[in-house]
Amino acid sequence: MRLDEFFVTGEPLIYAGMVSIALVTSAALFLLTYFKKWGWLWREWLTTVDHKKIGIMYILAALAMLFRGGVDALMMRVQLAFPDMNFLDAQHYDEIFTTHGTVMIIFMAMPFLIGLMNIIVPLQIGARDFAFPYVNALSFWSFMFGAMLFNISFVIGGSPDAGWTSYTPLAGAAMSPGPGQNFYLLGLQLSGIGTLATGINLMVTILKMRAPGMKLFQMPIFTWSTLVTCFIIVFAFPILTVALALMTIDRIFGSQFFTLTGEGLPMMWANLFWMWGHPEVYIVILPAFGIFSEVIATFAKKRLFGYNAMVWSMILIAGLSFLVWVHHFFTMGAGAFVNSVFSISTMLIAVPTGVKIFNWLATLYKAKIKFSVAMMWALAFIPSFVIGGVTGVMLGMAAADYQFHNSYFLVAHFHYVLIAGTVFACFAGLVFWYPKMFGHKLNERLGKWSFWFFVIGFHVCFFPQYFLGLDGMPRRIFITNIAEWLPLNIISTVGAFGMGAGFAIFVFNIYYSYRYSEREKTGDSWDGRTLEWATPTPVPYYNFATVPYVDKYDAFLAMKEKGETTYDEERLEPIHMPSYTGQPFIMMGFLFIASFALVFEWIPLAILGLAGGLIMMIVRSFDYDEGYYVEVDEIKRIERKARGL
Amino acid sequence: MSAHELKTGPLEYRTQEGQMSIMGFWIFLAAEIVLFSTLFATYAVLFGRTVDAPTPGHLFEPGIVLVMTFLLLTSSFTCGIAVHQMRKGSVKALIIWMVITLALGAGFLGFEIYEFVHYVHEGATMQSSAFWSAFFTLTGTHGLHVTLGIGWAVLLLIQIAKRGLTPVTSRKMFIISLYWHFLDVVWIFIFTSVYLIGMVV
Amino acid sequence: MKSNKHRFHRWLALLPLSLVLFLSGCSGITVLDPKGPVAESQKDLIIFSLWFMLGIVVVVFAVFTYVVVKYRDRANRNDKDYDPNLHGNTTIEVIWTVIPLIIVIALSVPTVETLFDLEKPPVSSEEKEPLVVYATSADWKWFFSYPEQGIETVNYLHIPTDRAIEFRLSSADSMAALWIPALGGQKYNMAGMENILYLQADEQGVYDGRNSNFNGEGFAAQTFKVHAESPKEFKDWVKETQASAPELTQDKYNALLKPGLTGKTAFSSTHLEWVHHGTNDGRDYAIKRHEEAYEEHLHLDNEMLQDKADGHSNKNEGHE
Repeated sequence: MRLDEFFVTGEPLIYAGMVSIALVTSAALFLLTYFKKWGWLWREWLTTVDHKKIGIMYILAALAMLFRGGVDALMMRVQLAFPDMNFLDAQHYDEIFTTHGTVMIIFMAMPFLIGLMNIIVPLQIGARDFAFPYVNALSFWSFMFGAMLFNISFVIGGSPDAGWTSYTPLAGAAMSPGPGQNFYLLGLQLSGIGTLATGINLMVTILKMRAPGMKLFQMPIFTWSTLVTCFIIVFAFPILTVALALMTIDRIFGSQFFTLTGEGLPMMWANLFWMWGHPEVYIVILPAFGIFSEVIATFAKKRLFGYNAMVWSMILIAGLSFLVWVHHFFTMGAGAFVNSVFSISTMLIAVPTGVKIFNWLATLYKAKIKFSVAMMWALAFIPSFVIGGVTGVMLGMAAADYQFHNSYFLVAHFHYVLIAGTVFACFAGLVFWYPKMFGHKLNERLGKWSFWFFVIGFHVCFFPQYFLGLDGMPRRIFITNIAEWLPLNIISTVGAFGMGAGFAIFVFNIYYSYRYSEREKTGDSWDGRTLEWATPTPVPYYNFATVPYVDKYDAFLAMKEKGETTYDEERLEPIHMPSYTGQPFIMMGFLFIASFALVFEWIPLAILGLAGGLIMMIVRSFDYDEGYYVEVDEIKRIERKARGL
Repeated sequence: MSAHELKTGPLEYRTQEGQMSIMGFWIFLAAEIVLFSTLFATYAVLFGRTVDAPTPGHLFEPGIVLVMTFLLLTSSFTCGIAVHQMRKGSVKALIIWMVITLALGAGFLGFEIYEFVHYVHEGATMQSSAFWSAFFTLTGTHGLHVTLGIGWAVLLLIQIAKRGLTPVTSRKMFIISLYWHFLDVVWIFIFTSVYLIGMVV
Repeated sequence: MKSNKHRFHRWLALLPLSLVLFLSGCSGITVLDPKGPVAESQKDLIIFSLWFMLGIVVVVFAVFTYVVVKYRDRANRNDKDYDPNLHGNTTIEVIWTVIPLIIVIALSVPTVETLFDLEKPPVSSEEKEPLVVYATSADWKWFFSYPEQGIETVNYLHIPTDRAIEFRLSSADSMAALWIPALGGQKYNMAGMENILYLQADEQGVYDGRNSNFNGEGFAAQTFKVHAESPKEFKDWVKETQASAPELTQDKYNALLKPGLTGKTAFSSTHLEWVHHGTNDGRDYAIKRHEEAYEEHLHLDNEMLQDKADGHSNKNEGHE
């Protein structure tokens, strides 16, 4: 392979990207060396098994991915508003919408939520870490290396260009030769390992490590949403694993699963993809529901309305999410009967979702609403998501879907649910739990600016797209060559830049607050209701000096009434903690090498990488490190300092 | 994480770590069931799509497959005996029965490899048609699981020989026995829905 | 704080209002301005559902605005209407479960009816046999074969009004979808399978048709015009095409199949004589003949597309 085939050449935008990547990387390397921070980086971060640190790394990576996916989005919007500028050609546009979709779903939404779960769930249930801290680190590095693999396709080898759905036969070896599509397959496969492992890990954590006394139906609602999400992950992700593996074998080893030759069945990909893909959208929406429930209850200063109904509706949604996948291709010609069945099952999801909306409204009823930034995100979610939801029901009506399918109506719908649902929740959750993570709040004034820019920009961007769809504009075209479409596209682009401004302010706020925000003195920043606020801030690495006994919903509220804390000197005992280890990082590094080699079909190197991964597993098998104990004196010292005793 | 250890009950369940690992593995097996179900579904959908390659009815040989089934089912039984010996605290018997188990598994693998080579010679390869792609992927994935299982069990036997039976080693042993039985169950489905149906249709 | 909140409400109130304004103001929206019975039935279904949706949106927005305004934390707020422990009410919870369920049922009935109707030719032209047109997609062009008339067009379509058209959809290679929004919804074109789509035009006119399913670099260019004309005009057009268009040879057809863009052409015979891409035998016809061509880039940009629309360039033929 020649060097100019290995690197992507001939695109000024990509050259600019290469230069900026080189600059940022060398700046980072320089700073680490100059400040002698390499040891710190390795000891404190790369080898950590602490769920809080891993969660922070997830969120930082997700923010970076949000930036990348957002830049992709702005580039598409520029092209569509100014088609005569010839900013992007068709090929480049195809690559950008493919990476935009993949990055936003797989490398932004999921890691962001998993990051929040990482930090918050153990704290909410009174646990000292995950059930399997080592596996948790493994999960993170598998995601991180998978994301890196996917993202380097931008400068090395070429980006995938068959859409984030990668329908065959288009995405097969015959019609999309070259490494681009392989990056998609292996990047997703590598990070998928981590997602599945996290699903199992969190499930065991929640089922086995709750504070004494805490029943399942006394768990905080965010923890419940995590548990339900983990069920979906465990039952949906293996389908993706298989689908990706089959297409990889097709492309690299010449099998005939999804090909036009050899009697392969291209439409089987669409089925497998959406049998995972539809549950996947609930993987990113249910935790969002959980976050909103927590934020709304906290800032309404009122108990969540209809807790049991909230939990059961999530379970129902999770179940139904496996029974609706055909609605992504009603137009495949499965016949009126099949379409009727899936049409009805799809619309049925609106029932439990509606119940949740009404429960949130009822939580606000007779409440005392405080308009903090986190609450504003949560409040903006309700009306915005309802618009996305009702248009979703319209799309679920198969006969009408023949007109909506593949159009901007669909694009508007899923951005309305995914942004108003997931992205708003990520912002709400991050603002809400930020003081617990970093010891200071985000500035509220800047937060409100970023909120208004983003939310107004969001509606300006996506609301017109419903009408573009009804006017026959299909998704994924790189031009607006029909004059009637242009004005709404320009409006839409203006909105997109509003969202970009909102995001920029948000990031600036992180820096600003780091410099100027008042440091938290108590652990209870918002007059919280659940156990994460019972810990001091910053949270000691063992989380809870003494784990409280829980016999009520809103456990911390009950503790505050009784004057209890998580530090009871009488009950102190040595705490068992896991040791940090570099094994997960190294193991996933080897698998990264293997995946990268497979992308370019360098089989010997791939085998070497796999062997390295296997050797690391053997090392792990013989590793009998059982962690260490934090002595009582040490706990006393840390807690007294943290609590100002 | 509590290090409190129970004084009674099976060794592998006495620590919280042990209980959590076993529960985590059960959940992992649920994910494995989904994985194999997807492969079975793929196989069912692509059934009969052989193009010019030989048909399964033409190639499948009942003799070999019966022997393979016998080997794997027996290995599941001996694996059960091994766990039984572990519960009785006999390291030596445990190791002997596990070695028998692994030998049977290796025998199974040997026949499977022979079978694959034979099919390829007859012109039924991964590349020849959708049906054969699905066949090799489904049975190959099972075979790969057996291979990994053997490697994993060997590592574990070394540890047991070195360390004896502790809550950790016995938990690992118990988990691998779950894995081994699971592979046996998967094989029963392969035997019936791939080989028996393939020979009849 | 206070001003923020007020802006928030004002802005919220704008949302449903703008929806209504858009709908009343834009009768020119293609899908809501149907030109045939199929699109008509789909429009009716959409409007029917839209009323329900609008109702839901109005109710939720109203309740939302009410609670957010009334129960905000403010200086002179007394605690009479603050009930931090209120957490359930079975009656109301049953009500708001049952009402959505009823709405879903109300929407399901016409959906299912329409679904089954769409599998048959429209009732309004029952007395006439549907006109059969094989619509075959290939990267990135459309072939329309009229087997009864023995003609084939590339990238444009003529149909008579007031008569059902039975499209037999298939693809020579990648998956596409035939969509003529003014006449009705889409279905997929796939290699090795055949989908049937009934459409009908009641009004004469020229409508936009396209592939709506992304299938690679030339996707945006895979469009065509539908000329809906009176039965007599249609007949004349058929006759003229039969008389003046060249015959389609297999070599010519194979050349046209090569991935790329091509202009409008007509032929006095159809490719159905030697290949049906909708059958299992025809599924790999194109890919076997043009395996290498799928690797080549078109370098398609806006200018090229404009040229194609103006009929200046014929890239595919340029290569032959």
